[in-house]
Amino acid sequence: MSEVHKVVGTETEFGITIRNHPDFNPVVASSLVINSYAGTSTRIQWSYEEESPGRDARGFGYEPAPTAEFETGLVNVVLTNGARLYVDHAHPEYSSPECYDALEAALYDKAGELVLERASKAASRVLLEGQRLYIHKNNSDGKGNSYGAHENYLVDRRLPFGELVRHLIPFFASRQIYTGSGKVGSENGRPAVDYQITQRADFFEEEVGLETTLKRPIVNTRDEPHADPSLYRRLHVIIGDSNLSETQTFLKVGATALVLSAIEVGGLGEPVDLAHPVESIWRVSHDPTLRSTLELDDGTHASALELQWHYLDWVSKYAEVHGVSDVERLVLDTWEGILTDLERDPASTADRLDWTAKLDLLDRYRERDGLAWAAPKLRLLDLQYHDVDRTRGLYHRLVANGRMKRLFTDAEIEKAAIAPPERTRAYFRGSCVDRYGDAIVAANWDSLIFDVGEEALKRVPMMEPLRGGKDRVADLLERSPTPADLVRALGGEDGRAGTETDPS
Amino acid sequence: MAEQERKQTRRDDSGREVEEDQHAATEVGEELTEKIDDLLDEIDSVLEENAEEFVKNYVQKGGQ
Repeated sequence: MSEVHKVVGTETEFGITIRNHPDFNPVVASSLVINSYAGTSTRIQWSYEEESPGRDARGFGYEPAPTAEFETGLVNVVLTNGARLYVDHAHPEYSSPECYDALEAALYDKAGELVLERASKAASRVLLEGQRLYIHKNNSDGKGNSYGAHENYLVDRRLPFGELVRHLIPFFASRQIYTGSGKVGSENGRPAVDYQITQRADFFEEEVGLETTLKRPIVNTRDEPHADPSLYRRLHVIIGDSNLSETQTFLKVGATALVLSAIEVGGLGEPVDLAHPVESIWRVSHDPTLRSTLELDDGTHASALELQWHYLDWVSKYAEVHGVSDVERLVLDTWEGILTDLERDPASTADRLDWTAKLDLLDRYRERDGLAWAAPKLRLLDLQYHDVDRTRGLYHRLVANGRMKRLFTDAEIEKAAIAPPERTRAYFRGSCVDRYGDAIVAANWDSLIFDVGEEALKRVPMMEPLRGGKDRVADLLERSPTPADLVRALGGEDGRAGTETDPS
Repeated sequence: MAEQERKQTRRDDSGREVEEDQHAATEVGEELTEKIDDLLDEIDSVLEENAEEFVKNYVQKGGQ
């Protein structure tokens, strides 16, 4: 089996609240935020008929698809950078465009924060005096409610899902030491703790499953490839935190993609099975000292750091044999640097990881103000770390003071909020929205539907995530001043309903 | 404290005498503490007022 190029992307559900709004409704507020960002640009419907969230990767067939909440799908914007911005589960959600590698995925994830910051500012203009809107890139309200940060990876359909699961459970449990964004306290009935590494760990209750909102599983089986299902699976990873740190999103996505590539070529050794997977998730998160160990199936014990060194070792060997790109080399170097520093002194990573940066800040406040862990001020610091407003957000204050390392400039992030990635089909989607937005009636990850003024709508499928990039379609777009020209050039000229053309 | 007393002498791995300027080290330490104090002051100026009420009212609907 040869590995499939790891097209990647992230999805973020943001926390939302309005201060001094007695009738605050998160669905209405989220809709306001998204509509404000969209302004007067064309609304593009998201075509749901292509999605099948009830399909299960284990091959058990269908479970009933979750009933769409009344608001879902009503507010939807497809951005010129190829991303989707919409209301999901009473939260504003940004789904990044398909990215070519982890560095690009981290960049477009940050672009999503900028989009939400701008949207929030636009929406705030219609609020009454004294009311203030807040958008947080976090995953928990500290009261037992969690909302997601998901990652997506294109993997080879031929890879047996069971094999994937055995490797991923210990990997996901241990990678929390560099994927966590930090949280004061615990939730969901887990043991009390002052501070823990992740926002999400308390909410995982199953090993493998289809759910994403209840009884969340460590490995999610949603099988909705948004691509040719005979070739690809889209691994939908729900066990991660939203990260503010650029390094952290880069490492989280990069390390996971490399592990998946290595699994595809049989490059990992025998899986290290955890004796108690679900318990291991919160045990790792509840130990900021990184000293506790997890029981393995064979009765031995290993720390999260040891498990991660194991995976890094495996992946480094894979890299030696198969070769890696410059970006993947940077992932390996970053991975090694973070593990080395976490082992030496977790606090030494406070310039690169959210959970250690936040802990450092909380410790300094505890010292200066003599605060107990239960102090509301510490909870506020925890929350405000995640505010996407660059004046208020404490992550952004750390950046402004030169205390967090960055991978991108502001100018790069601003560009990514507008322009699509150039090496995936997101380029075609984003460019079409930019050029022919008025003629696009519906969009999805794997198709665009045009109304070019003829009897039938024209559907342009995009089943191959790596096709539709700049090198393949820039000339075509240049030669097509109108959407009708584009559809004609793609070969869908006969006007029949359901006419299919392909930008590749 | 006299300038002379701030200097301590120790031997490095090769046995040479190394003079450490405690004065300089203290200054760096003070500068760092000052910077942290400035950072906390800056954060104080942007922190939401009435922390208890804000945190108490921050309730989200569960999502994915």
